Amino acid sequence: MTPAQGGGAADGAALAIRGLRKEYVRGKPVLRNINLAFAPQGLSAVIGPSGTGKSTLVRCINRLVEPTAGEVLFLGRDLARLSGRDLRQARRRIGMVFQEFNLVERLSVMENVLSGRLGYLAPWKAWLRRFPPEDVARAFETLEAVGLGGFANQRADSLSGGQRQRVGIARALMQGPQLLLADEPTSSLDPRTSVEIMELLRSMGEARSIPVIVNMHDVELARRFANRIIGMSDGLVVYDGNSSGLSDDVLKSIYGGEDWLA
Amino acid sequence: MAAKTGLREAPFPPNWAARFGWIVLAAYVLYAASTMEFTWARFVSGLDNGARFLDKMFPPDFARWELLRKGLLESLEMAALASFLGILLSLPIGLAAARNLMPAWASWPARALIALCRSFHPVIVAILFVKAVGFGPLAGILALTVASVGFIGKLFAEAIEEISLKQVEAVRATGAPFMSLIHFGVMPQVLSRFIGFATYQLDSNLRNSTMVGIVGAGGIGGTLFAAFQRFDYDFVAAILISIIALIMIGEVLAVRVRKVFSSDTRESGEED
Repeated sequence: MTPAQGGGAADGAALAIRGLRKEYVRGKPVLRNINLAFAPQGLSAVIGPSGTGKSTLVRCINRLVEPTAGEVLFLGRDLARLSGRDLRQARRRIGMVFQEFNLVERLSVMENVLSGRLGYLAPWKAWLRRFPPEDVARAFETLEAVGLGGFANQRADSLSGGQRQRVGIARALMQGPQLLLADEPTSSLDPRTSVEIMELLRSMGEARSIPVIVNMHDVELARRFANRIIGMSDGLVVYDGNSSGLSDDVLKSIYGGEDWLA
Repeated sequence: MAAKTGLREAPFPPNWAARFGWIVLAAYVLYAASTMEFTWARFVSGLDNGARFLDKMFPPDFARWELLRKGLLESLEMAALASFLGILLSLPIGLAAARNLMPAWASWPARALIALCRSFHPVIVAILFVKAVGFGPLAGILALTVASVGFIGKLFAEAIEEISLKQVEAVRATGAPFMSLIHFGVMPQVLSRFIGFATYQLDSNLRNSTMVGIVGAGGIGGTLFAAFQRFDYDFVAAILISIIALIMIGEVLAVRVRKVFSSDTRESGEED
């Protein structure tokens, strides 16, 4: 496994980030200068201490956060320059899974899953719930695939954490994504459910041959599931490689200190 | 020991500003009472008058029930129309006024409009509309519509400002167009509260629709005012009893409507 190195050419890469910089407060960059390229397949884990800009990095890709400078090349376009309809059409192809699931609590599981199709549907049809039959059929299939067959008519707020995250993944998959982002998808879950969710993310990414980028806190979980690990510290990428290269020295450079490693 | 205790800060330090405020308030209330001839003697001499008035009201006289029915139905229709128009208008205005979803260029004009609708009592607005469009229910309907937009618009905007933006963010991330974002990300979070505001306003419009008639804007209020002026106190009593009945029926209906629309209890709270 030789992951594309940061800063390298974007040839053949599904997603390339160049010179990405983000400042929420002027002069205090959260992301300094991020250069990364992602191969068309494989699960990449982004690890690093809290507040180092992992969430910001992921959100700069689908522009839930506005980058201050830099390029995000995806499907032949620079996402950082898009706006309006172009931006929405690009977002349709990027599925996203959230730490706190972010389901619409008062809608049913089916409505939440079908909201992954909203980018493809005229608003008045969405309002009247007139989704195309093939979308509805695919929603049922996707619910089966994530292990939630029979839950379609439950309200989202009646589900457990693990079930909610499965709905979140189903919603992202319904978009027909070319890229899957996950912002700490297991941080609100118990260890066993975390493993199940990571397995689901990896297998769904493999089945669709799309890259999966996952922010995470759990280094062991990252080692276990990621083909590639990106270590961030202080707004910069300080490690980029496979999990076998993730030595104690590298972890020290990512998280600082060493007492915690004992 | 005692010296040491003396060095500590007071456990309940006096708030001199608050004490001063209470004294000023009390002084002002006493002053206001003195200038208004607000005395016990004045009240007792008035009681006599009140007793005679009540005496004339009983028994209530329902002989002119056709006039009564016409006025009540007119009030009801005014309230229904004004509530419908008000709800329809306050949806977009309230949405535009929500500062967490809308840019300042949209929210400030919307907030200004809502503030304007709220600044006058419906009776004052009714007087303005009577001058503008003439006597009759149209003026009343317009006045109550303005009141509805002010009330529902403000509360709706506040409800939207309290929603969870995480749910909105997730829908936005799917590439949903703006109107779909509203339908799927925002409305489910505020719908049951909106129904609550709307039924409350319907109730309020019903009460106010019996009043704007006093200034000539249609409804039972005009009949009531005329009866007062002709000293037909038994007919006044009949009108008042009818209004009470109407409001109570409205209250019962509002509760029913809220139950039908409220999805709060549906399937939730079964697990977790």
